[in-house]
Parts: sequence; C-alpha cells; structure tokens
Amino acid sequence: MRRYLARRLLLLVPVLAGVSVIIFMVLHLSPGDPAEIMLGSQATKEDLARLRADLGLNEPLHAQYLRWIGHVARGDLGRSLWMKRPVLGEVLTRLQATLLLTATALVLSSAVGVALGVAAATRPNSMLDRLSAVASLFGASMPSFWLGIVLMVVFALWLGWLPASGMYAPHGGGDLRDLLSHLVLPAVTLAAASVTIVARLTRSAMLETLGQDYVRTARAKGVSDRAVVLRHGLSNALVPIVTVIGVQAGYLLGGAVLTETVFAWPGVGTLMVQGILARDFPLVQGCVLVVALSFVLVNLAVDLLYAWLDPRIRYE
Amino acid sequence: MSDAGAATATIPRAADAARRRRAFGRLATRNRLAVVAALALLAAVLGALLAPWLPLADPDVVDTPNRLRPPLSAGHALGTDEFGRDLLARLVWGARVSLAAGVASAAAAMLFGVTLGILGGFYTGWIETVVMRLTDILMAFPYVLLAIAIVAGLGPGLRNAMVAIAIVGFPIYTRLVRGVVLSLREREFVEAARALGASDAVILGRHVLPHLLSPVIVAFSLDVGAKILATAGLSFLGLGTQPPTADWGSMLATGRQFVILSPHVVLLPGLAIFVIVLALNLVGDAVRDILDPRAAAR
Repeated sequence: MRRYLARRLLLLVPVLAGVSVIIFMVLHLSPGDPAEIMLGSQATKEDLARLRADLGLNEPLHAQYLRWIGHVARGDLGRSLWMKRPVLGEVLTRLQATLLLTATALVLSSAVGVALGVAAATRPNSMLDRLSAVASLFGASMPSFWLGIVLMVVFALWLGWLPASGMYAPHGGGDLRDLLSHLVLPAVTLAAASVTIVARLTRSAMLETLGQDYVRTARAKGVSDRAVVLRHGLSNALVPIVTVIGVQAGYLLGGAVLTETVFAWPGVGTLMVQGILARDFPLVQGCVLVVALSFVLVNLAVDLLYAWLDPRIRYE
Repeated sequence: MSDAGAATATIPRAADAARRRRAFGRLATRNRLAVVAALALLAAVLGALLAPWLPLADPDVVDTPNRLRPPLSAGHALGTDEFGRDLLARLVWGARVSLAAGVASAAAAMLFGVTLGILGGFYTGWIETVVMRLTDILMAFPYVLLAIAIVAGLGPGLRNAMVAIAIVGFPIYTRLVRGVVLSLREREFVEAARALGASDAVILGRHVLPHLLSPVIVAFSLDVGAKILATAGLSFLGLGTQPPTADWGSMLATGRQFVILSPHVVLLPGLAIFVIVLALNLVGDAVRDILDPRAAAR
C-alpha cells in the first residue's frame, strides 16, 4: 500500500505538469496582446510596457512558462491586477468557502442518494423506484442555476425561511447557526443532480449484489432482511458507489462555480468569474490551478479508498 | 461470384432493416413518452427555424413603458422583460441560438473526439500515447472549470463558449471510440482485409467506421442536451452570448435581478432549457434502446 501510494504520488507529477501547461496555454490562446486585453484599449503605452515587463510577456512562450511554473512551485501565484494583492492568499481564503459548500453537497448527495438507491433496489418497480427514475431524468435535465433561483424565490423570498444569498448575515450574523442557514440552499442546489446519479448507480449495484448466491444463502440461513441488505448487499456494492461518489466530488467542485454565482457564495468560483470579467489573468490562472489540484487530490483519495473498502483489491 | 455475394449480402440487410422497423414500431408504442418528447423537440426545432416568418414581435425592440409585463398581457402572451421586449419572441429567437450552440458544440466534440479515438485505437506507438495522455490531462480538470478557463483565454462570446465546450467534451468520444477500435483491430475480418492487402484507409472506412456508428450516435444523442446545459451555464455567467442577442442562459442571467417583482422573466427561460433537455434525454434514451438493446435490458 505504501509503495502504491508513493507510485501514485509520483504519477501525479506528469498529470500536474500537463494541467499546468494547459492552464498556461489557454490563457495565452487569445490572438491579441495579453497586456492590451488585461488593461483595455484606454491603456497608455507606458502602462502596457510596464505590465509586459512585470509579467515577462516579452520573453518567448516557453521561458514565460518556466518562469511561471518556477514561481508556482515556490507558492507564488503572482499578484492580482484587479485586487492588487497576492493571488495565493486570496484563492486559499476563498477555497475554504468552496470546499465547505462542495463537501456539504457531497455528504448530502451521498447520504440521500445511497439511501434512495438502497430503498429502490429492495423494492424494484415500486412507486419509490419509479419516482427515483423520474427524479434522475429530471436531475440530468435541470439547469442547476435555474433550480437555485427557483429555490431562492420559494424558500427565501416567498416563505422567508432561509437567507437568499451570501455566507453570513451582514448584521448580527457570524455564528455557526447563521452559516448553516446560509449553506442550506446552495448545498441543496449543488447536490440535486448528484443525488439522482448516486441513487441510480446505488440501485443497479445493489440489484446486482442482491442477486448473488451468497445473499440467497444468507436469506436461507434466516439472516434478517436488514442485515442482508446492509451487511451482505451494501458493503459489497460499495466499490462502484464510491467510484461514482468520487466522480461526483469533481463534478461538484466544478459545478460550484454556477451555484456560487447564483447565491453570491464567496468561493473560488465567484472569484474566478470576477477575475475573467476583470481580465485579471494571474487571478484566473491561480483559481483554476488550485481547483484542478484539489480535483486531482480528490481522485487520488478515492483510489486509495478502494483498497480500504475492498481487501481483494491489491495494488501492484 | 460477386453477384451471388451481393445477393446474399442484400437479403440479411433487408431482413435487418425490416427487423429494425418492427423494433422501432414496438418501442414507439411502448415508449409513448419518447414519442411525445420527439414531437416537442420537433416543434421547438421548427419554431426556431421558422422564427423569422412567425408572427412574432421583434425580439430586440425596447419598449420601456411596457417593461416587466406579466404573462397574458395585451399583445404579449408571455409578458415582457426588463426592457419591455416581448418574452415569447425572445424565447423563440433564443431557441435558435441555444439549440444551434448545443448541436454545433456536440457535433464538433464528436468529430474531433471520434477522429482522435480512431487514431489512438488503430495506431499503437507515439500517436496512441499522445492522444491518450491529452485526454487524460483534459479529464484531470472538472468539466465546467476547464470550459470557463478556455473562455477566459479566448474572451467571452458565444463562438468562444462553443469552442470551449467542444474542447472539454471531445475526450468522452475519444475514450469511447478508442475502446471499440482496439477490440475491432484484433477481429478476424480486419485481419482478413489486411491479408488481402487493403490499405489502412480502406480498413478504417469500410470495416471499422460502420461499427462505430451505433455507439457514437447513442453518445451524441445523449450529449446534445448536456451541451445545451453547458452553453446556457456559460451564458448565465456572462461568458457566452453577449447582449442584445438572446439565448436562454443569458435571459436567465439578466432576468435574475428582477426575480422578486417578475419571477416569469427567470422561470420561463429556465423552463424552456429544462423541457428541451428533458426531451433530448428521453429521445436519447429511446435511440439507445433501439441501437443498443443490451444497454436497454440493463
């Protein structure tokens, strides 16, 4: 296991190198002069020359990349042109909010999705099973940002049960209760599509394990229904379920951008969109890099979870 | 010999076609929902194509005295937006943009992804390595995030948003096609064609490509809806369609500020996206049932 972990960590190096090249390249895709794009058409020649020198834009592309990646390796993601502050500190502050939202949505979608999937698999073709099939179709078709707005209108504006946006109340807030009440709507919005995906996959994985001989043997031995479903069924169906939950973690991390925008949640997503609209390339680069790194680490964690869940899996 | 060969080849083909027609008929009667979805989709496509000739108001004409009128107002069946523009007209014209963007970006992703998948599956060595590492790296990003990063580089706008979505969307096709091509490469009929001296182009065009049609059509039919959602998402963030052009995502974004006074300006475009993507997914499921009965049984 330790050797596998070391190998996986080594394998991260080429993936991260590739990710960094892509991030660097996409922001140099634009046909015009990046300095002009960032500063706009009103900029003076002196301003443009200064920015070019600051960002090393006069050097050849590979030299620019090496300079940038050298700084990144030392934890220097550059300075935000728009906020005039170091990018790393700003992104890490915002990352906490994004991770809180994503993790809450992931816990919500895993718990509700697995429970729904197990219930649907134990009663195939029941009303609940059919409802979950319809819900999964709806989940795959509904724009999350629209669902967010609808939930906001109903629960914040019409019923007044929950706050409409932000992370804390502007006056008198700041405690855990305030944070949780602000978290409910964005987390439910973000989790909605994932719940249906996790539920459908749990259902099919459970149906497969519940059809196995050892489950029939367990039933014949008089094991209670609950123990058959949980101990013999669910624990053996966990590997594909964890896989899909891992995929969902990445999806939620990316999808958080839209949800954060709807609810003005102060995460990396809103920061990145503001950065793009302000043409702040160092800020956008930093946001993308940090989120992509989190995504790669989540995938690694999911792979390591397999070995723990299923001792038959041996990594060589 | 060749006549006899042609005759024996056409009989199973005709029988195949008849069987498919019967299967299609059976599915159509069993899966009424998919038929309703296909009709809704047809209506939306026709509406979008015929928009210039339909008796609709100009979607871009500003009429501030009549701003934010509710649905069923005089002269405005679905009401007006924050500039007094007719919402029905903007929804129909927006359908042109949203549908075209979804179909075009899915088609571009498919063409590029299938080509790379064929190359990566058929040619071992450096081509395979380059293709697969490229898809691995692109898949190491969250989908939406990479699309946003690409738009950041190219600059906001519908065309750039479509390019970004096509770029982040092609690895799915590459993976799918490469898997099929890898297994086909070892099959006897490919070996036989090679032994008879057929060139790579002939083998790929005549023996490999026909086997890819079913899985690619199934993937494409389910992908168009996802691409419509993605372009609407980018437009919602202000990175896709730019004003005054209407598409459903940007209508949602601008209408958001008026959601308390006039929820319809947000509810209607969102509902349009939802219904169209739902219809596309239902039709996509039905296409899969027809072309891949094993998947349907699962």
